[in-house]
Amino acid sequence: MSEKKMLDDQHYEEMIQEESICINDNIVYEAPKSALYDTPMHYCPGCGHGVVHRLLAEVIEEMGILNDVIGVAPVGCSVLAYNYLNIDMSEAAHGRASAVATGIKRVLPEKLVFSYQGDGDLAAIGTGETIHTCNRGENILIIFINNGIYGMTGGQMAPTTLPDMKSTTSPFGRDVITMGAPLKMTDLVAQLPGTYYVTRQSVHKPTNVRKMKKAIQKSFEYQKQNKGTCFIEVVSNCPSNWKMTPVESNKWLEDNMLPYYPLGDLKTPDGK
Amino acid sequence: MAKVKGDIVIDIEKCKGCELCIAACPQGTLEKSKHVNQKGYLYIVKVEDNCTGCANCALVCPDAVITVYRQTSKAKQQVAKISNVTGDLTVTVKE
Amino acid sequence: MKELKLMKGNEALAEAAIRAGCDAYFGYPITPQSEVLEYLSREANNRTGMTVLQAESEIASINMVYGAAGTGKKVMTSSSSPGISLMQEGISYIACAELPCLLVNVNRGGPGLGTIQPAQGDYFQSVKGGGHGDYRLIVLAPSTVQEMADFVGLSFELAFKYRNPVLILTDGALGQMMEKVELKPQMSREFKELEWATTGRKNGNGRVITSLHLKPDEMEVLNHHLQKKYREIEKNEIRYQAINCEDADYIIVAYGLVARICQKSADLAREKGIKVGVFRPITLFPFPYQQLKEVASNKKGILDVEMNSGQMIEDVRLALEGSVPVRFHGRMGGIVPSPEEILDKLEEKFIGGAV
Repeated sequence: MSEKKMLDDQHYEEMIQEESICINDNIVYEAPKSALYDTPMHYCPGCGHGVVHRLLAEVIEEMGILNDVIGVAPVGCSVLAYNYLNIDMSEAAHGRASAVATGIKRVLPEKLVFSYQGDGDLAAIGTGETIHTCNRGENILIIFINNGIYGMTGGQMAPTTLPDMKSTTSPFGRDVITMGAPLKMTDLVAQLPGTYYVTRQSVHKPTNVRKMKKAIQKSFEYQKQNKGTCFIEVVSNCPSNWKMTPVESNKWLEDNMLPYYPLGDLKTPDGK
Repeated sequence: MAKVKGDIVIDIEKCKGCELCIAACPQGTLEKSKHVNQKGYLYIVKVEDNCTGCANCALVCPDAVITVYRQTSKAKQQVAKISNVTGDLTVTVKE
Repeated sequence: MKELKLMKGNEALAEAAIRAGCDAYFGYPITPQSEVLEYLSREANNRTGMTVLQAESEIASINMVYGAAGTGKKVMTSSSSPGISLMQEGISYIACAELPCLLVNVNRGGPGLGTIQPAQGDYFQSVKGGGHGDYRLIVLAPSTVQEMADFVGLSFELAFKYRNPVLILTDGALGQMMEKVELKPQMSREFKELEWATTGRKNGNGRVITSLHLKPDEMEVLNHHLQKKYREIEKNEIRYQAINCEDADYIIVAYGLVARICQKSADLAREKGIKVGVFRPITLFPFPYQQLKEVASNKKGILDVEMNSGQMIEDVRLALEGSVPVRFHGRMGGIVPSPEEILDKLEEKFIGGAV
């Protein structure tokens, strides 16, 4: 290391060191490192899945439950969630994530178990499992990503597709007379005595992201106390299949999805 | 009141250029770059030096590519550190 | 000291599960196997702390088994034909993810809703795969209530040895009939952490239970691995019974309950001076091809008897490769053949000359 640096280089480095505030002491936000693999996610640009994965990882790290959590991935876009979340995970058959989670929780009651499911998975093919899991009050957290469409298979109509909303299988818009009205699963499960905490969140704005994180935190706390099923719906976007830019999709979400799926708690411990 | 100084670092190779951070930034600090990364996305760059470190961009980022920094005031850091004191002691702290 | 009890086949199986230290049972009522769920609901939890859960469907049951088996616990389910059909997707996932577990099919007459009487129409489904993709279950076919009990412990042993689901293929008659059964002592439910099982992260890296491998080259590697395992099972785990076959001129091949009826037919035949033996495969997968070929060589004829339209006969023919004439007698729709009827058919098809 005898080679001397040129004056200009040295000067430049000193200047950077002096001016940059990007030092570890100054970090106010960074991506979770233990519970989230440092690998690019396969999701389309702007997809809400990434935010929810990151929040799960943040909460798991902050609560120090990395070795106590077991997740269940669904069939759908988030089928590969276990490639991003560095925790023990099981990949379920389409619609059966909550049954798989039930199986895990029943033999390992001291562990914290969650299922992560999309609207096709949870509200169509897995309706029976969802309702009965909630009705038994299984001590698990169900995260339900609702973007009103089948993402992975290419934009077909979901049970949650809005009235008149176009999809590849409702090309003229969802006709509620022949195709039924969008299914509000969260309202449904809130009616069941087995659920303890039921809430509808979104991650399209910073404030909503903060609230969503709180909801996940609370749910794991309740699970530790064996309170029953916690159910978080996340009203999310699908820029690719909605055929919009990510920014447009979030605007559309706010203007169209939220009036039908209003945000907020549907059931809380204090009965609010 | 002194303005809070912040900064961000973007992992441009993982960025997909979705622009949600641009929409979330209250300062107008961010822009899309003119160049693509290895994946072919026009990534996001910081173009203004007015970041406050509010972290809104990082919160909405679906790909967890943004690290946010905020300068902590040195004056605040240097508040008296006194320990293991017995008996009477009078201290005056000047701003 | 022997512990002898008079029990129904389904109850003996359930009792054996408790005693084998089974950790969890997930099931759904269906005739003629509901006694398994009923017995376990009554007996299991208060004796060993075993989890017993009545699911909302067979589909949910098998997926609960998938989840629980992924933790390395001893897990089982049971059902009867239509319910087992509903489980096939889940069984395929379990086989692909290589999860050890015990499945029980108390076979009833089909197709469709069929009948609640005993049958063997699920041979193909059990032995040749059942669900989608290339996979095999280890299939054990008991023919007594004693074996209904004994095969539970054996199944768990094999399931964990090979990380493969094991199916006990029995039928409505064996499930319902009462016999004397000698019970094994209670085993502890001590839990041994398995290196692949998802019990909460260890050593900094998340483990994954999955059957998804999007890249075709990876999926082919996995398939080769599974096939290698099945060959290993074929090498090590063949079980069968050859009864009075050495001096016999004719061999009856049958499994499960029918094999017992055929023993009576063989006794009746010998009273009439016809030398008949019985060959009974105990493992239907792996099938005792070589063993059957050896036993059947130089015999005058083979009669395959099943409670279906002829399913195992395909394996019998594969085993014999045309070396010995093979004839078939089967009853369907829940009818159990009588010993006399089987002997009549043997005489008719071989000795009488009629084919």
